Amino acid sequence: MSTLTIKNLHVSIEGKEILKGLNLEIKQGEIHAIMGPNGTGKSTLAYALMGHPAYEVTEGEILFDGQNIISMATDERSRLGLFLAFQYPVSISGVTVANFLRTALNARRRADNPEAKGISILEFRKMLKEKMDLLKMDYAFAGRYLNDGFSGGEKKRAEILQMATLKPKIAVLDETDSGLDIDALRIVSDGVNTLADGDLGVIVITHYQRLLDYIKPQFVHIMFDGRIVESSGPDLALRLEAHGYDWVREKYAEGA
Amino acid sequence: MVEKRKIIIKKGRKQGVASRKFNFTREMVNVSSNTSLGSYRMSAWNAFNELKLPTTKDEAWRRTDLQKMPLGAFHLLTESAPETLTPIPESLLKPLLGNQHGGEITLQPGEAKIFLAPELAAQGIIFTDFRTAEKEHPELLAKLIGTVVRAEDGKFAALAAALSQNGIFLYVPKNLQIEAPFHSVFWGAGAGLAHLSHLIVYLDEGASATYVHEAASPELENASMHAGIVEITVADGANLRFVELQSWGKHVWNFSHERAKIGRGANLDWIFGAMGSRLTKNFSDLDLVGEGAAGKMSGFYFSDGEQHFDHDTSQNHLARRTSSDLLFKGALKGNSRSVWQGMVYVAEGAQKTDGYQANRNLLLSENARADSIPGLEISADDVRCSHGATVGKIDPEPLFYLLSRGISKVDAERLVVEGFFDPIMQRIPFEGVRARFQAAIKDKLNS
Repeated sequence: MSTLTIKNLHVSIEGKEILKGLNLEIKQGEIHAIMGPNGTGKSTLAYALMGHPAYEVTEGEILFDGQNIISMATDERSRLGLFLAFQYPVSISGVTVANFLRTALNARRRADNPEAKGISILEFRKMLKEKMDLLKMDYAFAGRYLNDGFSGGEKKRAEILQMATLKPKIAVLDETDSGLDIDALRIVSDGVNTLADGDLGVIVITHYQRLLDYIKPQFVHIMFDGRIVESSGPDLALRLEAHGYDWVREKYAEGA
Repeated sequence: MVEKRKIIIKKGRKQGVASRKFNFTREMVNVSSNTSLGSYRMSAWNAFNELKLPTTKDEAWRRTDLQKMPLGAFHLLTESAPETLTPIPESLLKPLLGNQHGGEITLQPGEAKIFLAPELAAQGIIFTDFRTAEKEHPELLAKLIGTVVRAEDGKFAALAAALSQNGIFLYVPKNLQIEAPFHSVFWGAGAGLAHLSHLIVYLDEGASATYVHEAASPELENASMHAGIVEITVADGANLRFVELQSWGKHVWNFSHERAKIGRGANLDWIFGAMGSRLTKNFSDLDLVGEGAAGKMSGFYFSDGEQHFDHDTSQNHLARRTSSDLLFKGALKGNSRSVWQGMVYVAEGAQKTDGYQANRNLLLSENARADSIPGLEISADDVRCSHGATVGKIDPEPLFYLLSRGISKVDAERLVVEGFFDPIMQRIPFEGVRARFQAAIKDKLNS
């Protein structure tokens, strides 16, 4: 079982500090929710975990099974077992979902063994169909250009499809609920729950309680001004739903 | 004083008389066999001598400079080929479409291999080299040669017309629909050689055919050149798919003058692929001469290192209800440069015309440069014409997205480049051609 440990993480964008000493630990099989008002650095955490070049880690550690991955390239982190479901998935024109996923799968196989053969087309198709069934997706989807002209809901489903295919150990879902109607939310959540029933560890980043009606976290964290300020069980989310974020601001805002 | 002398020496070298002059002579013009072919060649020779070498002061050559071209370094092959020529690679001879060819021709210095399926020959189809055609079909060849591209169209057209030692002739008689593709390979082995080629494709009324022509060479140290003419006629109601691929070595200075004349209700699907050469200047004109004529031009190119590609296209709407659709897409690496200048011309009275042209470039390095110059010249009022041109770089965000899925940087860039070319690949209904291009993309990205 793998563990992701974030210790005193400080991250800046263009010289402006966004994360100011964040601590978090998650094991495979656990579901954590990170909630908080807009602009507190939730997405920054997601990008910094994945190693986006615009996000500079100025202090602290990100440990994956004890190994500090801060100097590791983004693709290496992915192959290690980290995954980010993007809030705003990028479209890749001219590259089909199927071609993209096969390339990503083969990249994993070759990283383990440079001599490895790529997955056969037959095996790949069978696997992809199973995953698409799980997310109630039309098979024609595989032939479309990645995220190109996808609706908001289709993009989010495509993210979860990628997660199901690539089988990460720890996944960050960045506002996966935004842009989803109730039906799509249910399908996406069912998919995540199925994967989390296995050994996937999930960090759900969300602004609203709504998603947590479908994905049940064991741990809920409140993020404010670049730090995790409160951590508790699922009841913390309910408290936020009932009382909003004002009490968090009052308690933790500098100079308050 | 010493410094001054140095400068003078340098200047003297640059203007070195021997290297700035072609050493072709009148005696090289083949006038022996057929009177009208002989006079065609001789008048082309005269044009070659009268026309000046293009400079950047000529509008069509503004962005393509021949100053560094060692004119004096090129010679024509004498009758017996030197034995050191690199043989033609097997991979070039594999069928690019389907399982077999209706006909296959390979031309290399001093040698021609010709195959035409007997059942096609029996129907009156001609697919042969110029030397054979001169013996077996002299009248037909003489009647067609120079009717689409004139030797006077340019210095290099004149050179190819006057001194081509061989060429390829495809003739499909009326109403014959040929499924099996024709394939030819022009293999330009040999350093310091001037390779001159001439293609004539004539589809008579109602005929249809597919033809793939490839020009290629090994990579050599010393400069070589190629000048070629391509003359295409698609007569009324005929239908031609023509694919031309060039993968010249990077020592080759490559020039071509190409024109297709499309008759009433006829159709041409014209595909260009450019990978090789040190410098390429290609003129491709689509002349829509009959009512309802249609032409599609699809080009892809990928330059790297010091390569310079210049594609000069014209879509000439000369009759009513004609349509043209051009899409050229290119990726550039290293210090390479590409120029595309395209003109959509609509003649007076060519009403109900539909013309489109687009050029898209993807810059993969800071030092690569693409010039994209669309143009419209319209003398009719009831027409629909539009164009688009873009030059862009790979966005960092799609790259990060692909990396975040564990795809290496090299593969991520390759996916983005392949994705960029996909719309043009969709226009090429030949698996073999697509596979060849994808392999070339991989090679260029990894080099």
